[in-house]
Amino acid sequence: MTMSPIQQADQFFVTSQHRFVSYLPAEFQSLTSAILSVIAIVLVFALLFAITTVLERKGLGRIQNRYGPNRVGPAGFFQPLADGVKSLTKEDLVPRTADQMVHFLAPVLLVTAAFLAYAVLPVGRNMVLVNLNAGILYFFAVGSLVELAVFMAGWSSRNKYSLLGGMRAIAQMISYEVPLVLASVVVIMAAGSLSTVSIVDMQASYTGIWPHWFVFTPWGFAGFILFMIAATAESNRSPFDLPEGESEIIAGYYIEYSGFKFALFFLGEYLGMFATSGLAITLFLGGWAAPFSFLTWIPSYLWFFAKLLLLIVIFIWIRGTLPRLRMDQLMSFAWQFMLPMTLFNLFVAGVWHFMPSGIVRWLVCIALLVAPAILLSRSLKQGKKFAVRHYRFAE
Amino acid sequence: MFGEGILKGLAETARNFLGSYVSKKRLTTVQYPEQRLPQIEAYRNFPFLVYDGDDWQQGLRCVSCFICEKECPPKCIIIEKSTDKKPDAVGKLQFYPKVFNIDVSVCMSCQICVEVCPFDAIKMDTDFELSSTDRFSGLLWDKKHLAKSNEHYHKIHPTEAAAVDAQLAAERAKIAAKTKATAEAKPATPTPPANANGAGPNAANQPVPTATEK
Ligand code: SF4
Ligand code: SF4
Repeated sequence: MTMSPIQQADQFFVTSQHRFVSYLPAEFQSLTSAILSVIAIVLVFALLFAITTVLERKGLGRIQNRYGPNRVGPAGFFQPLADGVKSLTKEDLVPRTADQMVHFLAPVLLVTAAFLAYAVLPVGRNMVLVNLNAGILYFFAVGSLVELAVFMAGWSSRNKYSLLGGMRAIAQMISYEVPLVLASVVVIMAAGSLSTVSIVDMQASYTGIWPHWFVFTPWGFAGFILFMIAATAESNRSPFDLPEGESEIIAGYYIEYSGFKFALFFLGEYLGMFATSGLAITLFLGGWAAPFSFLTWIPSYLWFFAKLLLLIVIFIWIRGTLPRLRMDQLMSFAWQFMLPMTLFNLFVAGVWHFMPSGIVRWLVCIALLVAPAILLSRSLKQGKKFAVRHYRFAE
Repeated sequence: MFGEGILKGLAETARNFLGSYVSKKRLTTVQYPEQRLPQIEAYRNFPFLVYDGDDWQQGLRCVSCFICEKECPPKCIIIEKSTDKKPDAVGKLQFYPKVFNIDVSVCMSCQICVEVCPFDAIKMDTDFELSSTDRFSGLLWDKKHLAKSNEHYHKIHPTEAAAVDAQLAAERAKIAAKTKATAEAKPATPTPPANANGAGPNAANQPVPTATEK
């Protein structure tokens, strides 16, 4: 088996893992290789979490014309270390009335569920922990554990704010789970497979220099946008961060958490964001595939993480821009816009499949998507009178 | 159009983000421990005791009259009067505080003690870096900690200190005139003497020191 240097670089982690495992007795081999992959995933994404927190704080600072963290280490880049030390040494308070067991389990479950999702994400060529043939189904099943964890946290704290936050989180996450799944169904339709690996393989070919990513089709583009909106809501990010609305329910479901458990919530939230972004990359942005055929010499895992960082930057940008929605706005947006649009998108994907390829197919599909989007947004606006509000008790 | 506002907002934040790297004018943050803003003269924080001269014990203006202790709303001033007397800022023999403590963790910086003090003995300081690792005795400041020189007062609040100094000088002059007058009046008849300092004829009859109004 000979490989070119490019392939060697691409498969470096895979081959080194194989080589390491081959020294072990046969009965330990599969177990060890699984453990190695798990350790790698945990380390890499925890590191990514650390980097993201600095980037986010610095980026948000710049957006608000501030410096952001700039004290710890060069340009403040060791800030996560300081934060880690701080959260580890802080007192871990548990309310006396709290349900101790559930209170303890909630952050653990959150982080575990977030990490479990990475099992089916192909971060590079041949670099996936398990190639499940129902990978996407598994991903969403594990992803819904997050809701359970959040509600456990809200319920067990025995605090009215945390309970409100937990209930908001449940309402929001379940509402947006529907468009999230429906937005990804178009890809499953096109790929004819639930396996993440084969979905990426389908997109990793080129016409000329152009890749076959699903995002470069009308339904794929619409699906990607809808998916990202739903993913923002799923990961409780601004402008959908109602469950933790500081202004009205202080910190929502993790109000009673301090010290390291609080840090775990943070970690879980960011891991969830990375995982859904990773799935968006897998489904729409060609996974680890290079964006142009002449760039395929760059190792595949680098492409995956470059795309992931790009999505993270967009998330940060959005967070620095949009204010938080109100609960009713959030809900009506989910059910009156997102859901119909994702259903339309399914239809458009079907039309695309059965029409002969050509410019007509493009025009028809774009028209079929733009028209309902405009109509739906019109109808959402209707019946809303924009006027000065009068508050009875706050004058 | 749907989403137009979002795009506008994104453009605005992108402009802020990139602009903050280009123009220094956008970044108004002062890097505090290294850089400081010039202090505003009207700034006030916690009270301190003013002393004249070099010896903080001798020069302390406070005469231990307990007015500030009674007026302090959160009751954070603790005073114990001395048994002997020493000359005060205007030269009269007065009691002085044996103990003068302020619990700055309780003090709410209201300046009432300063307003009521008839002897200009207590003023507001501007020092704000007061953190202590000992939250009990570290924040209960004694006489020594509170005593600061008149020069310090001039440095932090020049206008106010100059006004106080002028007033004290006038009072000192009055006292001097009065003692001179009584010294002259003793051998002679009790008629009002010719005023050497140009103060009004009834200056000698005024209670000294007068309550100061600021
Ligand atoms: S500033 Fe107010 S609270 Fe502080 S010692 Fe003076 S009177 Fe008391
Ligand atoms: S009011 Fe002035 S003179 Fe009287 S005790 Fe307080 S500081 Fe001293």
